[in-house]
Amino acid sequence: MTDAPVQDILLELRDIRAAYEQIEVLHGVNLSVPAASVVALLGPNGAGKSTTLRVIAGLHAPTSGTLVIAGRRVSGARADDLARAGMCLIPEGKGVFPNLTVRENLRMATYTGASLHHVEETAYARFPRLKERRKQTAGTLSGGEQQMLAMARGLAVDPALLLLDELSMGLAPIIVEELYEIVAQVARDGVAILVVEQFARTVLGVADYAAIMVGGRIVNVGAPSELEDELSAAYLGA
Amino acid sequence: MSTFLTFLITGLTTAAIYAVGASGLVLTYTTTGVFNFAHGAVGMFGAFLYWQLRFDWGWPAPIALAIVLLVMAPLFGVFLEVAIMRNLEGTSEAVRLVVSISLLAALVGAANWIWDPTQNRFTASFFEGKGFDFFGTRVTWHEAATVLIAIAVAIGLRFVLYNLRAGVAMRATVDDRPLAALNGARSDRSAMLAWAIGCSLAALSGILFLGTLALDAGTLSLLIVNAYAAAMIGRLRSLPMTFLGALIIGLAEAFWQIYRNDLSQHFHVFTSTYLDTFASAIAVIILFVVLWLLPNPRLRGHSRVREFFPTPSLRGSLVFVGIVIAGAAFISAWTTQSHQIDLANVFALGIIALSLVPLTGFAGQVSLASLSFAGIGAVTMAHLGGGGDPLGLLWAALICAGIGALVAIPALRLSGIYLALATAAFAVMLDRWIFNLPNFRVFGWFNVKLFEQGSVAVTRLKVFGLDTSSPRAQVVLGAVAFSLIALFVVALRRSRFGRRLLAMKDSEAACATLGMNLVGTKVAVFALSAAIAGVGGALYGGVQQSVNAQMFSFINGLPIFMLAVVGGIGAIGGAFFAGISLALLTTILPDVVPSLSHLLLITPGLIGISLGRNPSGAVSQIREGFAPMRQSKVALGFLAASLTAIVVLRSTNTIANWPTFFAALVVLVASVPIGEMFAHKAPAEVAEEPGAGAGAEIPLEWVGITRPFTDEDVRQMDAALGISEVEMYGAARS
Ligand SMILES: Nc1ncnc2c1ncn2[C@@H]1O[C@H](COP(=O)(O)OP(=O)(O)OP(=O)(O)O)[C@@H](O)[C@H]1O
Ligand SMILES: [Mg+2]
Repeated sequence: MTDAPVQDILLELRDIRAAYEQIEVLHGVNLSVPAASVVALLGPNGAGKSTTLRVIAGLHAPTSGTLVIAGRRVSGARADDLARAGMCLIPEGKGVFPNLTVRENLRMATYTGASLHHVEETAYARFPRLKERRKQTAGTLSGGEQQMLAMARGLAVDPALLLLDELSMGLAPIIVEELYEIVAQVARDGVAILVVEQFARTVLGVADYAAIMVGGRIVNVGAPSELEDELSAAYLGA
Repeated sequence: MSTFLTFLITGLTTAAIYAVGASGLVLTYTTTGVFNFAHGAVGMFGAFLYWQLRFDWGWPAPIALAIVLLVMAPLFGVFLEVAIMRNLEGTSEAVRLVVSISLLAALVGAANWIWDPTQNRFTASFFEGKGFDFFGTRVTWHEAATVLIAIAVAIGLRFVLYNLRAGVAMRATVDDRPLAALNGARSDRSAMLAWAIGCSLAALSGILFLGTLALDAGTLSLLIVNAYAAAMIGRLRSLPMTFLGALIIGLAEAFWQIYRNDLSQHFHVFTSTYLDTFASAIAVIILFVVLWLLPNPRLRGHSRVREFFPTPSLRGSLVFVGIVIAGAAFISAWTTQSHQIDLANVFALGIIALSLVPLTGFAGQVSLASLSFAGIGAVTMAHLGGGGDPLGLLWAALICAGIGALVAIPALRLSGIYLALATAAFAVMLDRWIFNLPNFRVFGWFNVKLFEQGSVAVTRLKVFGLDTSSPRAQVVLGAVAFSLIALFVVALRRSRFGRRLLAMKDSEAACATLGMNLVGTKVAVFALSAAIAGVGGALYGGVQQSVNAQMFSFINGLPIFMLAVVGGIGAIGGAFFAGISLALLTTILPDVVPSLSHLLLITPGLIGISLGRNPSGAVSQIREGFAPMRQSKVALGFLAASLTAIVVLRSTNTIANWPTFFAALVVLVASVPIGEMFAHKAPAEVAEEPGAGAGAEIPLEWVGITRPFTDEDVRQMDAALGISEVEMYGAARS
């Protein structure tokens, strides 16, 4: 679906369908994410963006379709196996363990194989604020600090595929811009990144491709500049 | 001073054991969301195993300890997690409760099977009872070691949970299970670790009781109720508070012994016999008060549940009770008197199980005290239903309703396991204390008569001059009473009140915002349920003719709840299932096939454990199995004709009892494939299938709920709303 050369595709969804109970919410999603690039998945509330990410991360089993990561079919794999294999999803709004300290949160990231020393070092280098608060429970951090902690995990474990759900939720615009700077930089280091956002402007600035999802289907894919008009149509129905 | 010290040491030792037991419980609850009612039973089993190795086979204590605590108990914990607990994700609180209660029943059954309960077993405390002198008071090494072990457990748990990555992962799983998986932590391993440690701690507490307590499966399993109180003081979450709770309870029990003696010199009431058995009720009273006073933490895992009970149709229910009464009248005509008693039991127990249908099935309020209310009903009938006066039944209903409402008031703010625990505390309090009291007076004028510390006689009913004292009359009386109450419950379900109960089960918050009177509704349903249980108990007393406190003990009540949930707690068929299976398992089958009696001890437990797989209960499965038969006129005709033929054959004495039974069974089973052969798809059935075409008759507001939206629906709605497709999706769709 994208113009990228086939061998570079790190993540591919082929005709993925998914349902909650009896109700289908993804009606055949096709999407590709090339290595070393940022793909933005945009769409109105309830379009199924978060569900798509949950399916990719192995938290929600699709009813049909194929999921291919780095050339291997992984449909049906478990979330923890995928996480240890280099996938990292920062879920929307609640990416930290509230009753664990900052340090213990980072310790959880070591299940991917990184050493605690390395995780702490990268995290504190990116977000010095976290170092001051390393003994504080994460639930008492500010919203922005929590999001930083969640991001710190995503960056410290050196994932091959990073999935970000509404990174900007509840954050000041200036922090959002800062975070997307980092996202772009991580992508340049070779990581494939899929970003879900509602408010498109900031993310379109760093995205290489964008896909628009409406009612459980991808309705358009293209370069960010081509899609601006489609976006307003998708959101406003006009 | 020295008595004080002696009791202080006793109290500390007990507290230490409670603390060890309770901390294991808290650990498994927080990491897996399953409140393990069988925790004490696991400890009991551990104690028996240790006895086997140490005292029966004479192994050295350290080796026996290591094998039980480090090998067997952890392996059992892992087995529990893998085989049972893992499947409970996404089930309702009632189902989880039943599974762990069933486990309790199965373990007690298995222990009584392996270790003959009638035999006395020698046990001894550790260190051969040796001790040392502590400020003039003798302290045994066993007591000192117990306290030290509790401290070591506290430090060890703290270390595991905060310093080991596996422990951090366990706490992380509590916080957010999916996120733990996204981090790459294997939550199943965390759960296995939690169950392994939890079972090991349970076994440790069971073993520590040896030497001070007799080795008895039931007693040891229920001691944990005391530890529950400690765990509740820790809000099922905080281990330090749990230890504090254990301390409070252990000391309260010990000091009661001293101060009761002191106080009795000044206050006459303390010498009374009412308080002789009070000590054993202290912990459950603390449990009740703690549940009542402390704010309850939000329940874990309050997710969408997998169970579903359809509204019963009036016609179907009438057919059901018709079959029940006719079947009871027919079968009782040909069976022996003792089997007639068994059959009468089916209905009495069935009524007690029916009391759970409105309460637990409709309103979602779990109660483990229905047999206790039945006990109250039975004593009421014994004392106020003299000469078989039907007014006794009325009194049983009224008194139980009153007490039920009283119990409901503190229970109002509880739900899920907290409510289960509060009702369990109430049941255990009756069981250990109240039911054992002699007759007493309240406020000097009101005479309360209970079981009179033994058994009391219940006269069978005389209704409108009809004497029901023959066993067969008891069967018919039971069937009619069961049917009437069942129809009442069905009518209730279809009434406005029934819908309110269902709404309350779905969401109390939503009901409150809609202006529904939650307090009134809850008190009413509790009172109603207690009244039904009381009537059931009164009739049960009549069947037995003589009742004692043991018959209505907490532990005897568990199978009723278990089997009613297994049968399908939202349906009257489920209650009938509970009555039948209980009578089958406890009296009928052991009678017919004595060699099975041991296996039958653990069967209710095994049945309950299987519930994790089908949360809507067995009856719904059976119903589904018979669906093709019900929908085919040919099959129904075949069934009716064959059954009539069998009835005629039996009545003319052409065939005997067992052939009759098997012939009926064969006919029933055969009617299913016959139904399948002649099935013409009824339109109603098509509509039930998920994904049926848009033409199916579904109310508009149910589209998207009972079946998914289709493009056709969207187009129809667009048309109705006057939106063109192009407008909806923009150019993107084309
Ligand atoms: N756990 C669930 N159970 C049932 N339905 C769900 C569940 N989670 C999501 N849905 C439904 O699935 C659809 C897609 O939800 P999803 O969260 O994927 O949307 P989204 O695109 O992320 O929306 P938003 O921008 O608001 O986050 C919605 O209609 C939602 O109601
Ligand atoms: Mg979302």
